[in-house]
Amino acid sequence: MYVAVKGGEQAIDQAHSWLDETRRGDTSLPELSVAQIRDQMGLAVDRVMAEGSLYDPELAALALKQASGDAIEAIFLLRAYRTTLPRFLASLPMETNSMAIRRRISAAYKDLPGGQVLGPTYDYTHRLLDFTLLANGERASSLPSTQSSTQSSDETVEDCPRVLDFLNSEGLIESPLVDSNHLQPGESAEPEAPADLTRQPLDYPAGRDLRLQALARGDEGFLLALAYSTQRGYGRNHPFAGEIRQGEVAVEIAPEELGFAVIVGDIQVSECDMINQFIGTETEAPRFTRGYGLAFGNSERKTLAMALVDRALRARELGEDVVSPAQDEEFVLAHCDNLDSSGFVSHLKLPHYVDFQSELVLLRRLRKEFQERKSDRQEVKQT
Amino acid sequence: MTNASLNHDTNTQTDSTGYNFAYLDEQTKRMIRRCLLKAVAVPGYQVPFGGREMPLPYGWGTGGMQVTATVIGRDDVLKVIDQGADDTTNAVSIRRFFARTAGIATTESTREASIIQTRHRIPETPLSHGQVLVYQVPIPDPLRFIEPRETETRKMHALQEYGVMHVKLYEDISRFGHIATTYAYPVKVNGHYVMDPSPIPKFDNPKMHGNPALQLFGAGREKRVYAIPPFTRVESLDFEDHPFEIQGWDRTCEFCGSDHSFLDEVVTDDEGGRIFICSDTDYCNQRLETGASQEAV
Repeated sequence: MYVAVKGGEQAIDQAHSWLDETRRGDTSLPELSVAQIRDQMGLAVDRVMAEGSLYDPELAALALKQASGDAIEAIFLLRAYRTTLPRFLASLPMETNSMAIRRRISAAYKDLPGGQVLGPTYDYTHRLLDFTLLANGERASSLPSTQSSTQSSDETVEDCPRVLDFLNSEGLIESPLVDSNHLQPGESAEPEAPADLTRQPLDYPAGRDLRLQALARGDEGFLLALAYSTQRGYGRNHPFAGEIRQGEVAVEIAPEELGFAVIVGDIQVSECDMINQFIGTETEAPRFTRGYGLAFGNSERKTLAMALVDRALRARELGEDVVSPAQDEEFVLAHCDNLDSSGFVSHLKLPHYVDFQSELVLLRRLRKEFQERKSDRQEVKQT
Repeated sequence: MTNASLNHDTNTQTDSTGYNFAYLDEQTKRMIRRCLLKAVAVPGYQVPFGGREMPLPYGWGTGGMQVTATVIGRDDVLKVIDQGADDTTNAVSIRRFFARTAGIATTESTREASIIQTRHRIPETPLSHGQVLVYQVPIPDPLRFIEPRETETRKMHALQEYGVMHVKLYEDISRFGHIATTYAYPVKVNGHYVMDPSPIPKFDNPKMHGNPALQLFGAGREKRVYAIPPFTRVESLDFEDHPFEIQGWDRTCEFCGSDHSFLDEVVTDDEGGRIFICSDTDYCNQRLETGASQEAV
């Protein structure tokens, strides 16, 4: 008669084989290859790499395939794999000035050294469904192939100056090395080795290094909503998109036994430098402040949101009142990871019979006592 | 497999999976062991640890699994329960994980197990010295629902500023006539730290007190471990005029007739039909077996 909790083992096995079947879908249609996903679902792959904290387009594509396209499930697969990988050493700080630019725009200046490069963007597309794609027709490109514009890694890449460096040289913006440890001018500009969020538990107050790490792997949707809330007045910080750039950057390591740096590969990144509300004090001339965003791949929306939230989280350091969710370090950092949040929300699917039964026992007792009191009162009235 | 390279200690490698014995690498286990030692030394204190991503979702027992993976050895016998039962889906899933990655023996018997990983229950069969009970913990801080900020609750624990806890319990009494916390009922450990016993029913709280087994708690998402060493004083918070009490049923187990175990309610029809059965399946089965043999005699 009572079978509900029995047979969990077979149920799990059956669920898994049904899942495999569902994931594959109609077998009369050709199966998607991982290479196809990697190349034609690039933005999904980039999001999985960014929030999965692992730069590996092939494995990210595999994760997407295995997860039936569910980004968070794919991110989970990649993270669970990443956590088993050995760490050889930390790379040198990445030099995004020498990025092989695919896209580079500034909303602060009309023209500037290095130029405005629109790159492959959806920005100015009209959002009309393209029925040619539906008809399975390749759209013939009227432009000559732009593939060659991405410089191959063998060529020397000319440095592209940063918009914020122009401002910095005039003293109009804080120096990039200002951090939450309040580096005084003249103090050693050599930053300490950054903390590692994936090895140590998060501790508050968190340094900017930890905050940026948490935001870089944080959920795009969550950060986007928080960033939007700052624009609508919940911790407004008057942003200008100083510069958004996207392209390939070399990753360098300097093993101790070698004594010099070697390039181990190039990775695609998106970067956003935000110019924010200026501050000034009795002793210091007013100047703009910064917010920063960086993510693997073409993750422009994510980096914009990250830069806004980064700036919002600097509220205390910059002497602003912490009044809004986006400025609240504990609120943002404790809730921005989508594996934390999706895991804990979905754990409600697990059995809670025992706790529920405990509540039932109490509730029935409280209701019984309520009825008894009620009938007592009625008796008192009648007498 | 790529993962083979992460094995620092080849003796502990399982060849079948390519992963290290019990999944976690030895460096991570060492880190967690150090945290557990601290936890045992300071009973009830929440020790932060560098929690790793596990191949199961956060909130599904990753903290308990990391603790189990850290303390388990080849000769251990593992029992995994969820809601007191060995055959609930998540218990099955976690037991399989360790059978696969550690190749250890598993059991459903509380007595035979050297390590018991649990979610939401303490077995009815009394534990003995040498056994380890590993709890899965969702929210390790009992003060979290009163004060959501970690920065605040840490200070409150350090200063034993637990008045708010009693105020909360008092508010329940004034509103309902009873303390309305029925599970995850806060306890004071060794006269100092107020601790969340994980969402076990308050029915199980007295079992924590003076228990000869080592009780370890793991919260994966929140990256905290804590512990109750064997034979430690564990008191449920209460008032002199409203002493702590556990829930009871005016029914007995439909299967074994037990009148002293925690009962789950099962809906049998849509006309209000209910039966009550032991939540601890192993305990219920044992009673059935011994009961049957007694009848045979």
